[in-house]
Amino acid sequence: MFRFALGRLLQAIPVLLVVITMTFMLVHSAPGGPFSADKAVPAEVLEALEAQYNLDQPLWQQYISYLGDVVQGDMGPSFKYPGRSVNELIYSGLGTTAELGFYAMLVAIFIGVIAGVTASMRPNTMQDYVPMTAAMIGICMPSFLLGPLLVLVFGIHLEWLPVSGWNQIPGDKILPAITLGTGYAAYIARLSRGGMLEVLSQDYIRTARAKGLSEFLIIGKHALRGGLIPVVAFLGPAFAGLLGGSFVVETIYQIPGLGRFYVQAAFNRDYTMILGTTVFFATLIILFNLLSDMLAVWLNPKLRQQVRGEG
Amino acid sequence: MNSNSIDATAEKGTSLWEDAWIKLRKNRLALIGLGLLIFLCVVSLLTPWIAPYGYEEQDLLMGATPPSAEHWLGTDIFGRDMLTRIMWGGRVSLMVGFIATAVALAIGVIYGAVAGYVGGRVDAVMMRLVDILYALPFMIFIILLMVVFGRNLLLLFFAIGAVEWLTMARIVRGQVMSLRKQEFVEAAHSLGLSQWIIIRRHIIPNTLGPVIVYTTLTIPSVMLLEAFLSFLGLGIQPPQSSWGLLINYGVETMEEYPWLLIFPGIALSLTLFALNFLGDGLRDALDPRTAKD
Amino acid sequence: MAALLDVKNLKVHFHTRNGLVKAVDDVSFSVNPGETLAIVGESGSGKSVTCYSLLDLLPKPPAKIEGGTAMFDGEDLLTCNKDRMRHFRGNDIAMIFQDPMTSLNPNLTVGEQLIEPLIYHPDKERRQDRATAKLRAIELLNEVGIVDSERRFDSYPHEFSGGMRQRVMIAMALINEPRLLICDEPTTALDVTIQAQILELIKKLQQSRDVAVIFISHDLGVVAGIADKILVMCNGVAMESGTTDNIFYKTKDDYTKRLLSAIPEGAKTMKNRAQAGSPLVEAKNIRTWFKDFSGSKTITVKAVDDMSLTIKRGEILGLVGESGSGKSTLGRSILQLVPTQEGTVTFDGTDLTSLSPKQMVPWRRRMQMIFQDPYASLNPRMTVFETLAEPLLYHGIANKHNVTEQVQALMDDVGLARAHMRKYPHEFSGGQRQRIAIGRAIATKPELIIADEPVSALDVTIQAQILDLILNLVERHNLTMMFISHDLSVVRYISDRVMVMHHGVLVEQGNTETLWAKPKKAYTKNLLKAIPLADPKSERTRLSN
Repeated sequence: MFRFALGRLLQAIPVLLVVITMTFMLVHSAPGGPFSADKAVPAEVLEALEAQYNLDQPLWQQYISYLGDVVQGDMGPSFKYPGRSVNELIYSGLGTTAELGFYAMLVAIFIGVIAGVTASMRPNTMQDYVPMTAAMIGICMPSFLLGPLLVLVFGIHLEWLPVSGWNQIPGDKILPAITLGTGYAAYIARLSRGGMLEVLSQDYIRTARAKGLSEFLIIGKHALRGGLIPVVAFLGPAFAGLLGGSFVVETIYQIPGLGRFYVQAAFNRDYTMILGTTVFFATLIILFNLLSDMLAVWLNPKLRQQVRGEG
Repeated sequence: MNSNSIDATAEKGTSLWEDAWIKLRKNRLALIGLGLLIFLCVVSLLTPWIAPYGYEEQDLLMGATPPSAEHWLGTDIFGRDMLTRIMWGGRVSLMVGFIATAVALAIGVIYGAVAGYVGGRVDAVMMRLVDILYALPFMIFIILLMVVFGRNLLLLFFAIGAVEWLTMARIVRGQVMSLRKQEFVEAAHSLGLSQWIIIRRHIIPNTLGPVIVYTTLTIPSVMLLEAFLSFLGLGIQPPQSSWGLLINYGVETMEEYPWLLIFPGIALSLTLFALNFLGDGLRDALDPRTAKD
Repeated sequence: MAALLDVKNLKVHFHTRNGLVKAVDDVSFSVNPGETLAIVGESGSGKSVTCYSLLDLLPKPPAKIEGGTAMFDGEDLLTCNKDRMRHFRGNDIAMIFQDPMTSLNPNLTVGEQLIEPLIYHPDKERRQDRATAKLRAIELLNEVGIVDSERRFDSYPHEFSGGMRQRVMIAMALINEPRLLICDEPTTALDVTIQAQILELIKKLQQSRDVAVIFISHDLGVVAGIADKILVMCNGVAMESGTTDNIFYKTKDDYTKRLLSAIPEGAKTMKNRAQAGSPLVEAKNIRTWFKDFSGSKTITVKAVDDMSLTIKRGEILGLVGESGSGKSTLGRSILQLVPTQEGTVTFDGTDLTSLSPKQMVPWRRRMQMIFQDPYASLNPRMTVFETLAEPLLYHGIANKHNVTEQVQALMDDVGLARAHMRKYPHEFSGGQRQRIAIGRAIATKPELIIADEPVSALDVTIQAQILDLILNLVERHNLTMMFISHDLSVVRYISDRVMVMHHGVLVEQGNTETLWAKPKKAYTKNLLKAIPLADPKSERTRLSN
């Protein structure tokens, strides 16, 4: 398993290099420099600023030196917040976003799997239709619509829950986590229902029944493991999606997290910040894809042995 | 014996397409979805002629008003008719949905078909590339593109299409791979039919089902992506409008004027519903496993 | 003696979208302790549904038990509640299924699955701890013939071959010492030599434990040696029941007679069809290797390794082998449907391996193939007319004006009603579909036809019809044929000459009757010995040896 993980990590290096290069080129081919918005800046000051950020060097030199810095884990200084490094900014927002993402994932997996498995146990009955209709609503109700509606109902009209902030008032984490998690809960519900239905129609489930096992054992021991494989495979992409979703949710609830920083950096043309966060996000996403792959391999004895045989 | 007279006595068979249509017709939700979709498309096409007010027509004296007989869905803070704005916004949203999906469809089908049909090492390399692309943070790239090159509708089509083709390529490739191994394709080879005839008569008609289903399901996810970007202020640019942008505006004033959020929200959600239900219905109807009974 | 299981007037209906299907209609039978009952029927006869309904294993809906009783030891299985049913399942009544590849959970070790009936026994007093259960399981694994059972206990199902998995299934079924064992086509998915071993094992275990057995099969030959009595079913109805000898030797029922006469037995006595002169096909030293790219390492599969053969004009050459022997690949190699690495295939004096795909086209018209799966070998989106007209038009045999007539002539030739011309494959039965596929193969008036297991997917009565159709067409159209099959009886019935293949190489060849009478190689001997005979008396002596 270690060899497998190492191999996949090594494969990730060229991918990361492509990401860094593409992002770098994109950012530097943008019309208008980072300081062009501040028109009042005199020419000498501009030059000094550009020299400070190495913008006066040829592009390839900037690229090489940036690459060197990134390898050492240094994302450079922020354009927009003088005196603060991108590393600091990422670090300051990471904890909040990670916490939000964790709660949202918890909501998604918990609700999603329970709904999906419940529905799959009695297909085409009310026990199936009710959770699946709810899941469809969840899918068709994107976070940027659901969030404001939740705020409107639970925050403004009912005044049950706080509508903004993070870790300031008790309960201010509930709405953001639900807003971010619902869409994925809906998706996971559909995936786990499909996966479970597929597995429950397998011959070996019939064998388990013929052996006299209880329904609880049949579902819990024999079916879940195979039935949840689609869900496990979805966790990697879901994580990438959660990151994107955090842009919206952090904006709606005014949460000082990475996602909000990223959107602000995009508006401010804070080049080093965009570059830094993109590279950071890409690394995270690749890492989580690897984790979800490893989990899928670990769940499948046949794959597990193949991996072991190679390693 | 005259061949025409025999034709007349021959019993007419039911093709798989007709079968699927019969099954789809029994699925009420999918039919409602289809009806709604057709309605939306017609309204969008005719918007310039049937919209009750002009797109930029303001009634500054009115300001934001709740729904009334004059303005069915109310007016926004500039006194513009919401129904009109939602109709125009829907045009853009649907257009992005259809065109970006078409881009994804074109790339995905060709790429997947080549990989699946050629097979072997070519396929292994092509699919490895797809795997790698899957790992890329595309959402961020799109945002980056929008930031760097400005919010350009054409670019948006291309960028979204470029993301969504991956899954399509996988589906088509899997389909073609399994078809290529099917005995009826082998039979066609053994009859000496040319590659092109085999592809046209035996491969393509049998891959259409999953492609249609996935296309139907890609449109809503594309529309969602567009709305997401527009909501962040990174998608469609004013004076053009889309449902995502209208929702964005609606959020700013939702405490005082909730209808400005709710109506565009309903429009978007309903469309997504329609497409998803239709897609699910098509999937069930075209599923070969249910084709036999 | 009181019956262990007494089923009376069982009725099971399926409520499907397309209406009511009476899967089991008023069926009665009984099994005494220690007795073996065989339920025999073709697909759709309701034989499996009957047994699944006993253990409440049918999906409900669509299935519904409409009536009847199934008294097991004084209790009605059909009306008992779910908890009570769990006491029967796996304890008093155990079951073995058809496909050992899919009937074991791939995610759990074999050992874990074996001990489940013991450690989760619904009767708390009979529940055992894991250690005791493991000892018991290993003991049973030894008994069913799993070597190195202690180590194999922790293996996963995919590490076992099909035959070994079926042995595991049998051990699992016996672990609670059931009084009734239901075997649902336990050998159908297995090769003939493995089938013989499993049948022997079941018979041995049944005798040593005096357990009653219900043995479901489509093959009268398989049950001849092990059944005490037989129930013949067709379309949900019990046609006839009686002792094995009565069914085989003194049947009065027409359907049973048809089943018995459909079993290919012996060879059709016929003059040697092979014509003098140069052979039609001459293959020399063919090697067909595949590269498998799917894993992380590229694996080379030597499907056909250095095979040479000749096919004389007018003869039917049988090609026999178990699964994985490379027999299908050899057939496709001769037709150049798969690329050969080495060797030559000479057809009517021309070396096909030297031709480009374009140059092959006119030759393709002269050689055709019939495939195994009549469901997969027809394009589901083309009507019978389109399927049959395609080769006619493409090779210029027919033109737009006479194509309808020619298609009709073809349909007459293969015994399809003309009225079905505009129908699609999914509207036909398996046998009819195979007729369409045969029609397509003979459309171009080929000289050579390679038939790859053309009757393996068909019911035995349909199989007999299709075999006769093929023989008839060979005679009428002066065809040369290579007939590939895993079923030795079928090959013997139809072929003039037989080749036996194993692991990609030729084992032995010879005239059919000579080979059957005097096989030279041990492999062939074993293969021939393993064929179940549709004759209870000789089969019983064969099994007891």
